[in-house]
Amino acid sequence: MKSLISIELYKIFRKWRTYIGFAAVTFLVLLIQFAISLGEKDAASRLTNQLSESFLMVGNLLNGYFVSYMILNAIIVNIPFLIVLVAGDMLAGEATAGTYRVLMTRPISRFQVVFSKFLSSLIYSFMLIAWLALLSIVLGLILFGSGELIVFQKGLIIFAKDDIIWRFILAYLMAALTMCTVASLAFLFSSLVENAIGPIVTAMAIIIVFAILSAIPIDFFQTIKPYLFTNYIFSWNLFFEDTLNYTELLKALGVLIGHIVVLFGITAYIFEKKDILT
Amino acid sequence: MNYEKVIEILGLTKKFKNLTAVDDLDLTVLKGDVFGFLGPNGAGKSTTIRMMLSLIAPTSGTIKIFGKTLLTDRKDILRRVGAIVEKPDFYKNLSAYKNLSILGKLSMGEVSKTKIMEILELVGLEKRYKSKVKTYSHGMKQRLGIAQALLHDPDLIVLDEPTTGLDPQGMKEIRDLLIMLSREKGKTIFLSSHILSEIEIVATRMIILDNGKKVVEGKVNELLNKNKLKVTFEVNDINTTKNLLETTAWKDKIYSSLDNKIVFILEPEEIAPINKFLIEKNIEISAVIPTRSLEEYFLKITEKSTK
Ligand SMILES: Nc1ncnc2c1ncn2[C@@H]1O[C@H](COP(=O)(O)OP(=O)(O)OP(=O)(O)O)[C@@H](O)[C@H]1O
Ligand SMILES: [Mg+2]
Repeated sequence: MKSLISIELYKIFRKWRTYIGFAAVTFLVLLIQFAISLGEKDAASRLTNQLSESFLMVGNLLNGYFVSYMILNAIIVNIPFLIVLVAGDMLAGEATAGTYRVLMTRPISRFQVVFSKFLSSLIYSFMLIAWLALLSIVLGLILFGSGELIVFQKGLIIFAKDDIIWRFILAYLMAALTMCTVASLAFLFSSLVENAIGPIVTAMAIIIVFAILSAIPIDFFQTIKPYLFTNYIFSWNLFFEDTLNYTELLKALGVLIGHIVVLFGITAYIFEKKDILT
Repeated sequence: MNYEKVIEILGLTKKFKNLTAVDDLDLTVLKGDVFGFLGPNGAGKSTTIRMMLSLIAPTSGTIKIFGKTLLTDRKDILRRVGAIVEKPDFYKNLSAYKNLSILGKLSMGEVSKTKIMEILELVGLEKRYKSKVKTYSHGMKQRLGIAQALLHDPDLIVLDEPTTGLDPQGMKEIRDLLIMLSREKGKTIFLSSHILSEIEIVATRMIILDNGKKVVEGKVNELLNKNKLKVTFEVNDINTTKNLLETTAWKDKIYSSLDNKIVFILEPEEIAPINKFLIEKNIEISAVIPTRSLEEYFLKITEKSTK
């Protein structure tokens, strides 16, 4: 099993599409940080100046933490599109390539194959978010220094320097969990067909439709909203509140993990029964 | 002689929607057999092989390999089987070496570099072991296919048309390799093909599959050599020939006559005497064409299936 997972990861990282996600994240993070560092003196400092006037503040508000927080907010909705590129290819890609014929004639069970592929897609999702975290925080701290973090939630909250890093770690983990749900969805579609385009497009379409539904202020859509996983794309923000809202946190965890388990269950069932015809 | 059954298939059927690709097939392969699985395109050979390797599920019927049921002992069985199914496909962006190392690892844990290089040498790919498979020609991929099937030293080797795409030299090498594996290493080989002569060269027993059904079964030498031949004589004067034969014992061996062709069913050693007899009677013979009945039969089903 361990060797199967390492083989799957090896296969993932020998494909070009895998690096699209990392390249896109790198590019976006660098771009945003570069833009901020250029415009620091006007736009961003205008904001912090205002704040400094109304509050008694010490230090620099436009710091690495603030920038990382902004980056996460800005690009989290687009990361699913990078995730599905890889996850949607996991099962279908091998069907397209015809390699199931050599893979599945080995003494390994179908469950082992589907499970190791699934875990590998989750690991990929985690790695992408980990890269985003590392790049934004480390580069942010280097470029903009450290300091208190101000966030605008229901109101304005300021976190002390030593009260920040754990929030970021948990927030990134929560974001990664959301991306795992996205990966599970694309992975399910990947088990249904023999070409990766279908699963990728379908998963993207579903994310878009769900996101639109959640945004429509009609009672019916608002009732189903808590059940749509796209509703939890910003749940990592729960870690940037004064007092943690455990009910909301548990709900988010429950819905996301529930989705992952159910989606994988269906996929595993389909894959067990599937005739390998390519 | 050891009559241990290596493959035992009973009532195997596979339906795709309303097309029956394999129809109530029974077959038994004994230890040490080189079993020829002959059939024209679309006969159901690959479908049968896919079921034997649990790539697809049978609609009905049972498959036992090494005396174990495929459905329940899949892993134990596959550990001892090496296979090629249809065209050879690999992880294209990995090297031949890496492909074998991955597949070998899944078959038997770790594989040593020497073992992989040995196999690559056996199939003549040792010089290109570092090249990505996407740079390989079809024949090279086919050779790599054979390499991955032999890598873990399986007891049963299942090969689905392994010589398609190979040059004549490559075909010969593979056939020789199969004969060696069978005779010297005692491997059991299940070889599908649509070329009768290939089966004739390497197989000991065979069946012919047509439209998913078994139509011929037996030992290759009995089916092909000991059988009577259908011999066509092309002569200048068919009527005189027939009249001449009328008084001889060969009269009963005439199968048909049309235009200037007269066809006999003969033992191989009877051809020369008839030939001599007719020449002595001043019949001009422009051709003597022996065809083995099995060959003709196979040609007939092949023609039919391509129509
Ligand atoms: N996935 C599928 N869906 C529907 N029909 C199929 C499928 N796969 C195979 N068939 C049909 O099953 C029959 C047997 O096909 P199969 O591939 O087993 O033939 P074969 O003997 O291997 O032929 P060839 O010599 O061309 O490789 C054919 O009529 C084919 O059209
Ligand atoms: Mg075939």
